[in-house]
Amino acid sequence: MTTTPQKSDQATDLVNLTIDGVSVSVPKGTLVIRAAEQIGVEIPRFCDHPLLAPVGACRQCLVEVWLPGRPGPDGTPGAPMQMQGPPGRMKPQASCTLECSEGMDVRTQVSSEGADKAQQGIMEFLLVNHPLDCPVCDKGGECPLQNQAMSNGRGESRFDGTKRTYSKPININAQVLLDRERCVLCARCTRFSEQIAGDPFIALIERGALQQVGIYEKQPFESYFAGNTIQICPVGALTSADYRFRSRPFDLVSTPGVGEHDACGAAIRVDHRRGKVMRRLSGNDPEVNEEWISDKDRFAFHYDRTPDRLSYPMVRDAETGDLRAASWPEAFAVAARGLAAAGPAAVLPGGRLTAEEAYAYSKFARVVLGTNDIDFRARPTSPEETAFLAAHVVLRGPDGTEPGVTYADLERAKTVVLAGLEPEDEAGSIFLRLRKANRAGKTSVIAISPYTSRGSQKVKARVIPTAPGDEAAALAALAIDSEANLGADTVVLLGERLATSAGAFAAAVALADSTGARLAWVPRRAGDRGAVEAGCLPTLLPGGRPVSDAAARVDAAASWGVERLPDQAGRSTEAILALLAQGDLGGVVFGGVDLDDLADPEAARQAVAAAKFVVCLEQRETDLTRMADVIFPVATVAEKSGMFVNWEGRVRPFESIFTNPQALPDVRVLAGIAEELGMPLGFRTPAEVRTDMTAMGPWEGTRAEVPLAAKAPARKRAAKGALQLATWKQMLDHGTMQSGEAYLAATARPAVARLSESALAELGNPESVTVSGPRGSMTLPAVAADLPEGVVWVPANNLGRGVLAELAGPGDSVTVVAESGKAGRA
Amino acid sequence: MTDTLTPVLTDNWDAERSWTLDSFTARGGYDALRKALKMNPDDIITAVKDSGLRGRGGAGFPTGMKWSFIPQANPNPKYLVVNADESEPGTCKDIPLMMASPHTLIEGVIISSFAIRANHAFVYVRGEVLHVIRRLQAAVAEAYAAGHLGKNIHGSGYDLDLVIHAGAGAYICGEETALLDSLEGRRGQPRLRPPFPAVAGLYASPTVINNVESIASVPSIIANGPEWFSSMGTERSKGFGIFSLSGHVNRPGQYEAPLGITLRELIDLAGGMRNGHELKFWTPGGSSTPLLTAEHLDVPLDFEGVGAAGSMLGTRALQLFDETVCVVRATLRWIEFYKHESCGKCTPCREGSWWLVQVLGRLERGEGSAEDLDLLLDQCDNILGRSFCALADGATSPVMSSIKFFRDEYLAHLEQGGCPFDPAAATLFAPAGDPVGAEA
Repeated sequence: MTTTPQKSDQATDLVNLTIDGVSVSVPKGTLVIRAAEQIGVEIPRFCDHPLLAPVGACRQCLVEVWLPGRPGPDGTPGAPMQMQGPPGRMKPQASCTLECSEGMDVRTQVSSEGADKAQQGIMEFLLVNHPLDCPVCDKGGECPLQNQAMSNGRGESRFDGTKRTYSKPININAQVLLDRERCVLCARCTRFSEQIAGDPFIALIERGALQQVGIYEKQPFESYFAGNTIQICPVGALTSADYRFRSRPFDLVSTPGVGEHDACGAAIRVDHRRGKVMRRLSGNDPEVNEEWISDKDRFAFHYDRTPDRLSYPMVRDAETGDLRAASWPEAFAVAARGLAAAGPAAVLPGGRLTAEEAYAYSKFARVVLGTNDIDFRARPTSPEETAFLAAHVVLRGPDGTEPGVTYADLERAKTVVLAGLEPEDEAGSIFLRLRKANRAGKTSVIAISPYTSRGSQKVKARVIPTAPGDEAAALAALAIDSEANLGADTVVLLGERLATSAGAFAAAVALADSTGARLAWVPRRAGDRGAVEAGCLPTLLPGGRPVSDAAARVDAAASWGVERLPDQAGRSTEAILALLAQGDLGGVVFGGVDLDDLADPEAARQAVAAAKFVVCLEQRETDLTRMADVIFPVATVAEKSGMFVNWEGRVRPFESIFTNPQALPDVRVLAGIAEELGMPLGFRTPAEVRTDMTAMGPWEGTRAEVPLAAKAPARKRAAKGALQLATWKQMLDHGTMQSGEAYLAATARPAVARLSESALAELGNPESVTVSGPRGSMTLPAVAADLPEGVVWVPANNLGRGVLAELAGPGDSVTVVAESGKAGRA
Repeated sequence: MTDTLTPVLTDNWDAERSWTLDSFTARGGYDALRKALKMNPDDIITAVKDSGLRGRGGAGFPTGMKWSFIPQANPNPKYLVVNADESEPGTCKDIPLMMASPHTLIEGVIISSFAIRANHAFVYVRGEVLHVIRRLQAAVAEAYAAGHLGKNIHGSGYDLDLVIHAGAGAYICGEETALLDSLEGRRGQPRLRPPFPAVAGLYASPTVINNVESIASVPSIIANGPEWFSSMGTERSKGFGIFSLSGHVNRPGQYEAPLGITLRELIDLAGGMRNGHELKFWTPGGSSTPLLTAEHLDVPLDFEGVGAAGSMLGTRALQLFDETVCVVRATLRWIEFYKHESCGKCTPCREGSWWLVQVLGRLERGEGSAEDLDLLLDQCDNILGRSFCALADGATSPVMSSIKFFRDEYLAHLEQGGCPFDPAAATLFAPAGDPVGAEA
């Protein structure tokens, strides 16, 4: 994509220097330590990190530097001058803070005895107070201190005195532990927290050799990104409670993976041993998550070994009516027979699928069940959203047929507008990228949100306080806001929650049309975007083929080798459930769906109970599996290969790490049922699905141009004397994929109800409140926030079965009362 | 010999209630301010440049040149910060100056701020000297009341606010960038340079940081002209300075004299070494400058002369030690100070000082070996010039210079299995004529 003028710009910005006698040209501003990497010289370092601002604290990267001498009056170059210090002797320079300049002559440990001695001297100092407990240290075997002490230090220390000692370890938070005596005080962790995550709750305290990383006890290190500090710690000072003393790095096998907890597509590294994941680290993908991941992606991987994990297929016994174990062939046969007998059937595959699996569900629905009744959205949906996805999302992105918005675009954008999206909770990598862009001073953020969240504060967002349902009006106002001055250099990120806000997608499209801003849709789940591409929607076939377009249907049918595909548009999740309850639909195939995520969990339960035949593909036992007629245990991400498509539309493939003989990939299960029904899908493995998908390819005809909400439905208003419920899921909550990891759960933000100051005052400033809605009530601590009048915010899934199941739907009216006995907060 | 003294900054110290505005004004105080306010600020900078005034805080950087580095086109406010965090062991010139004549400093602050076009100035005072802080605050209040500070000073249209800020007890905060961090309310640790304070200092704005004595010298330059100032001193070290004599000398105190005076002359002025003892070693500018010995008595005390002798002029804190003093013990005490005051940011200073103390302690107790001396020198070699700021460089000075001049004394500790000196003999309360030194 580099254009010629840019190239010539770069050429003029190059500086030429010599490192260890090797000439190298680097862009202006490059640090000497990076330039040396380009010629294969690794200068030892601790505090230096390419994504953190230089600090020059550890002094390990010292090199000898000569500068060109002043030219004489006749222009002859002067004799090179060595950088010197007191008293007139060579002063080695820290290469991690020194920018390359024209004609510089750098001599590293490779060619300078002085630099080598300086480095050895620093290494010896670093080990003066280090316990040298490598045999019992988690970092041993992958430790930059250990490695560089070998490569750039003395074999023997001359220090035989007293080392400083501390009690160990201390908790930085529930998950991150600190062994202070191992710390070399490089300040990587404190700089990460301040510069990258924006959670500066750890800092260096005390001074001299007693300097140490400390916390402010009244404000704990509460961060969704704390785990990154463990990974960038160049010694064994920071360890995770989960991994501490569990394994040695040289016993682990590392496999690249993709974060499955959100739609960011973060590159991760999975370290496993004997069929068990021991830990996960961030991968390094400069295009996507750089070197950072959220704590959820890092620590939430124990859900594959919880006691409720399904390990064999089950069928409902015809005589007893109870679920009983079955063989795979029997389960396939029972499922096939049941679906065939149940009459019209629908598919609800959920949003956690790989793109291959989504494609398999999509083909299964169309070819085997002969229906377009398929919807991956296991959450509140709207027809407006369905139309928006077909018209403005599918096929866009780096791996699509039309350009979309990327992470790099967020950094380049002058303004990023967030609507229905709280990136810190819902898309960690987007949050970190926005913060980086904002800190660089190039990007300002506007958040259409109920209140100024901590995430909004950290990206210095201009918050437009918006009640649930008012997003459309806020977007429309923003389009003509002269202060915001949106234009082609604006990116608008639309969260999936806008499906609950009538007219919001239409308003966003209108805003884009009038200002030239670019739109991107950010769902919450790793498989959501892939499911759109694979046609797990009632109006879309795979590759963005509109169901309504006869040519598209013929194209898909030809690719699949079937005569024709159903031409009737399918129904959305809510409609499918309603039809099941009424008996108009008989059978249903569920992927990973949690009933409590659906718009009305109680209605969904009734619908499942009313359904004639329920097939369920699940990893763990749930309310849904207990109601199913056939249950297939399916593989987790570690147990299968596939790809996620992230919010950008970027394909993120990953390989399976191990095989679990007790679970099959969803693809294999669907193929088994289809074959029993005599309509083979033509694939049994994810690799075969990929071939099938590639053969079909993307739709090259016209997009579905469904008019978006010609007439916006009336916005919900709070009933008299009631408040309107605003809610979203915090990053760490009761989500089933976080189970089994208590240390991570302990770092979750506490569940609180947020009310405007005046609403709180009206209640007498109670410590806690009880929020009551049509589906139940919740009691939780009350906190004041800058909410619009008449709105209360409650986290979606931090209490009980969540607000949808036990309180009310988003935007619904709820009442708030002070919790008796606890009123009278100062 | 008394005519070698050139009392300028110390001239009014003997006046009745010298710290009051009335006393100061009676001797012509604030006349230079009125003169300066009528001048073009650039001409003031030129005058200071022409005077040859070099920073009195130790490094000796030309003051006028520092001022001219301030980018006047920068839209941010400009700041003047006076470094009054006088903490160097042995240094005691700024604190007596501010105690005896705070208005000398304040007048200098106003003229200097006017020159660099700062409307806000700070004096960062060492927090331990509460009496000085109070006296400065009282003097600032007086100056405001007299119209020397505040809005539209003496009708010139120039505004200046002066804040006296107390430090919290860290030697590192005498380092100018650590001082800025501390002044901004952070933990004082030196900052990465570039950017230099002249470009992005206090609150990321152009900032001049000068020592108390440098700023206090400015009014005299404005009043008497740069030629008057540069007529004193030596070729490249112009003017006068306060020489602080402490230790085993009969009349310790502040002696204001032209740069280039010798220690021999100063000791004569101070009434000789105590009780007829002999000078053994001395620091020319505080403990961070390498020790000198009696053979350096005639070294001219200017930047070049002391540099040529292998040390640094520093803050002219002349600590004098006679033959009763154990140099190993003195060095260990100094290094304990540096270990305590190391800020911890960089490795060589933090770990090096921790280690040096242990080796020196072993030597003082007579438990080490001769190889330890080479170890000490090699440690110093690994610290000097490798650390983030100059604090650690200073810590190596007493170690390296004491071994250079007194290696035999270190070895004597090993031979005797302990210190051969009587610590009581070195005290100032030791009775005259007591047997001293190794013969005890």
